[in-house]
Amino acid sequence: MVDFFGLYNYWIVIVLAMAGMYIVIARGNLIKKLVGLNVFQASVFVLYISFGKVSGGTAPILLKGVVTYSNPLPHVLILTAIVVGVATTALGLALVVRIRREYGTIEEDDIHSQDGHT
Amino acid sequence: MLREHLPVLVIIIPLIAAPLCILFRGRDQAFGIALLATWGSFACSAVIAAKVMASGTLSYELGGWPPPIGIELRIDALNALILLIVSGIGSVVAPYARNSLLLEYVEDRSYMFYCAFLLCLCGLMGVAVTGDAFNLFVFLEISSLSSYVLIALGFDRRALTASYQYLIMGTIGATFIVISIGLLYQATGTLNMADIAQRLPEHGYDRTVIAAFAFLVIGVALKMALFPLHQWLPNAYSYAPSTVSAFLAATATKVSVYILLRFLFTVFGVQFSFDILPTAVPLTILAILAMFIPSIVACFEHNVKKVLAYSSVAQIGYMVLGIGFVTMTGLTAGILHLFNHALMKGALFLVLGAVFYRIGSCNIDRMAGLARTMPWTMAAFVGGGLSLIGIPMTAGFISKWYLIQAAIEKGWWHIAVLIVASSLIAVIYIWRVIESAYFREPPEDLQNVKEAPLSLLIPAWILVFGNVYFGIETSLPVSMAELAARSLLGAN
Amino acid sequence: MHHQIYIGLAIILPLLGTVMIWMSGSRPNQREVVTVITSGLTFLCVLQLLPEVLAGHQPELHVTELLPGLEISFKVEPLGMLFALIASFLWIITSFYAIGYMRGHHEPNQTRFYMCFAIAISSALAIAFSGNMFTLFIAYEVLTLSTYPLVTHSQTDEARRAGRVYLGILMSTSIGLLMVGIIWTWAAAGTLDFTPGGILKGKIDDGLVIVLLFLYMYGIGKAALMPIHRWLPAAMVAPTPVSALLHAVAVVKAGVFTVLKVIIYIFGADFLTETGASIWLMYVAGATVLLASLVALTKDNLKARLAYSTVSQLAYIVLAGALATSHSLVGGAMHIAMHAFGKITLFFCAGAIMVASHKTEISQMRGLGWRMPFTFAAFLIGALSVIGLPPLGGSWSKWYIALGAADADQLVFIAVLMISSLLNIAYLIPVFARGFFGPREEEEAQMAGSHEDHGDHGDHGDHAGDHDTATHDAHDASDAGKRIAEAPMLCVVPLWITALGCVALFVYSDWLYAMLSPIVK
Repeated sequence: MVDFFGLYNYWIVIVLAMAGMYIVIARGNLIKKLVGLNVFQASVFVLYISFGKVSGGTAPILLKGVVTYSNPLPHVLILTAIVVGVATTALGLALVVRIRREYGTIEEDDIHSQDGHT
Repeated sequence: MLREHLPVLVIIIPLIAAPLCILFRGRDQAFGIALLATWGSFACSAVIAAKVMASGTLSYELGGWPPPIGIELRIDALNALILLIVSGIGSVVAPYARNSLLLEYVEDRSYMFYCAFLLCLCGLMGVAVTGDAFNLFVFLEISSLSSYVLIALGFDRRALTASYQYLIMGTIGATFIVISIGLLYQATGTLNMADIAQRLPEHGYDRTVIAAFAFLVIGVALKMALFPLHQWLPNAYSYAPSTVSAFLAATATKVSVYILLRFLFTVFGVQFSFDILPTAVPLTILAILAMFIPSIVACFEHNVKKVLAYSSVAQIGYMVLGIGFVTMTGLTAGILHLFNHALMKGALFLVLGAVFYRIGSCNIDRMAGLARTMPWTMAAFVGGGLSLIGIPMTAGFISKWYLIQAAIEKGWWHIAVLIVASSLIAVIYIWRVIESAYFREPPEDLQNVKEAPLSLLIPAWILVFGNVYFGIETSLPVSMAELAARSLLGAN
Repeated sequence: MHHQIYIGLAIILPLLGTVMIWMSGSRPNQREVVTVITSGLTFLCVLQLLPEVLAGHQPELHVTELLPGLEISFKVEPLGMLFALIASFLWIITSFYAIGYMRGHHEPNQTRFYMCFAIAISSALAIAFSGNMFTLFIAYEVLTLSTYPLVTHSQTDEARRAGRVYLGILMSTSIGLLMVGIIWTWAAAGTLDFTPGGILKGKIDDGLVIVLLFLYMYGIGKAALMPIHRWLPAAMVAPTPVSALLHAVAVVKAGVFTVLKVIIYIFGADFLTETGASIWLMYVAGATVLLASLVALTKDNLKARLAYSTVSQLAYIVLAGALATSHSLVGGAMHIAMHAFGKITLFFCAGAIMVASHKTEISQMRGLGWRMPFTFAAFLIGALSVIGLPPLGGSWSKWYIALGAADADQLVFIAVLMISSLLNIAYLIPVFARGFFGPREEEEAQMAGSHEDHGDHGDHGDHAGDHDTATHDAHDASDAGKRIAEAPMLCVVPLWITALGCVALFVYSDWLYAMLSPIVK
């Protein structure tokens, strides 16, 4: 039981990931899909940072007298991943703006019916 | 001194050239920069390939930091082949882009196109060159993001939705890959692929590793459009500008297959991937479904670009089938098909770009009688089409032959028959286009179409010639593929 | 040794000719000269190889190795020599005939026609000289593809439909069945080289030999075994020189040649008789012989009748191969030559009749013999050869096949041969006979009435250029029915040459037998 609650951050990861994917698949609004994607990516960030935590370790900033630090590498990786995520979101939003201009709507169903294919 | 830094040069050259394109905004200047960058990359790749074939795996420490702390660039026969493919296609497509874009993109913004193109090239080359797992993810995303941009440049508004769909699916795939890398890191404590491979057996194949494996395979499957995760591909390739279709069709999915190969065989190891986990079974089944179902759909499409896009999904099936055999011959076949398909599809899409340039459409009915007015263009299509079907004396035949041999070696007769049967379907959809172009009358308004300009014809014909050349003089791709297969299988 | 050069030359020359024909496209006379010279030179090259083969040598030419063990190589042995001789010689004759026919009919797209002709002959020669099954397969496919534009030449809807049947059957059988068989052979025997005695002995289970044979026999769609024979009558929509080429020289002969080559050099005649794997083939071939002849009886269109006759005659050769005895194999090989000359004569006559009188149906040909005596006489000679009566060549080949059936204790097939000869008489002789019956006056009035409808080979393209006075008269409406004269010289002379060839083959048949006997040693 301790393990169950002790691993709460991983449960958060799972919930976020599922929620994110659900939004991407189930929502027809293009911006909502992007939001879902972001939520999904956020879950990955939490996952990585959870890896980095070393029991009894402090934040990975050099301090006098501290021996155990948490692993800084996942933090670095996540920074990169966040950047990638931001770029993706920006690109996605730019596409949505153009789609809005071309189609007049950002609902997936309306777009599909305008294009005339299933 | 430069020679030592060759592995990183192949990435740096396009990476630096990309912002240079934005600095020098003139159309010709940006074009010139792009041309130099792609040709320079190709030259570097050729030298690297020669070196690798001569002396084995190349290793380069980025910034002088030794692995596993630093990022290592590691090039063996498989990487070298991928580098050759990507940079080769890039250098053929770059001169083509100039005129093709005239119709399909805003002329005074073409520098932006070249910038995105170079970034995509840089990303793909980076994936092929790196020996670090997370670095691979970063480069993968660089190439993916720039390809979303490139696809969205198509004149048809459906290019936007296609790009958006690709963005969503591709990002999910990439996120799966990054989850997998994270899990692997947690299990082994390192990000260097060779190091992970060493440490995994010590760690043991527990649930973490299995989860990592699963996430990776699904993520890569999304990126390489393995049936049934291929939904984004037909629209993306059809509505993108022709240059982009040609470039992406010949490179992007190949690099994703490379990622699969690298992780399945080098990182996770043959024993884990195929003996402990029954990966070969679903891969083979999906591959066979991929060989048939998209091919059949292709037979009914009217947009020839869509036909070729579905055909690409089917060809990915062949590659995965080769991987699923897990034998020397099978892997060689899969890797060979990587090479050959790049040549085939590149040629076919370049031809379609030339067609589009003249008649503004790739609809099969609008292309009726085109062989009379554009004989060289359609002859190139026939050349690429024959290779796609797998006629002897073309590159496509060689990989099909190896695939069938691999099937027979394993005693899987039914698979050999299925491979032959799916080739027959390819005959049908290629024949539809040929019949329309050669044996029908052109529509009223297209009676006086001129032949495509040389700048479009020559790149297409270079690739067609490559098809025929490598169908007869097979030593280069076959030896590289065999070397690659051997190192993949013997990595353990 | 320098004889290798001739192998390569014989295959390359027609391809060079194709390029030159393309370049001379706008100057018809120059183009025809190119065709004729190329065909002549090719025949000379083939002829250079004959002394070597007669002396017992087998000149070889290795071109390239695609993959380890898979190479493109050529080897000339007697059977291939025979096929090559027929193909290249008859190309010369057909070229002259085609010139007369195409001009007489004002056919469009003549450059494309001559170009595809040349490519088809080149691939036929490549098939003849092929040293292994892989090379043969490549050349076989090229032959199919290069003859497609010839079949759909007139580009009408009917032609396109026929082309689809043609290509569909030939490509699907070759890729779906033949290629599978080739791969199987490769996997079992490790090689695809043509070797006397075959390469499969001991390499394959006895029960599976039948399956492999099935794959080959039905994979070789050009041999037109029933029920995949449909492409042959469908291809009748092509212009007659094409039908003559298809049915006498290149395509069908390539088919049965491949059948014989496979039986002799891949399976091995002895291996087949030991395992009894070809017995089913004897029956299928025998049935084809009879059924096709029966269908031929019902056809009023002359070319259709000749098409089904060809299906039947091809089945003779397949039957000979299935019997797999020395006599039958040599007889089957001889029949390749005999049937080639006989059938091409018949088709040339059909074409001549079409050019001179625009008639395609046999029922319309009453009394035509009086108008076109030379044509009809040649028709008789060709018919007698096909029927198998002395003094025409066809009699010898039938004799040897029958002998072979006796050797193999399959006496029922002697009966099949005899019945089929009777059927041949029944469907060929009436054509000749009808030409000379019926009063002339009545027939003139009939001509006047039916002369107006030109059929679908009417006046295409430009009427400029050379007309033969005879055909000009036939077209001249003001002369309606007055004089249907003999066909143009360019049509009549070739068909007499081939008719005389039938006679010559009878006289020189023992020379032919001697040349072919090494294949069964």
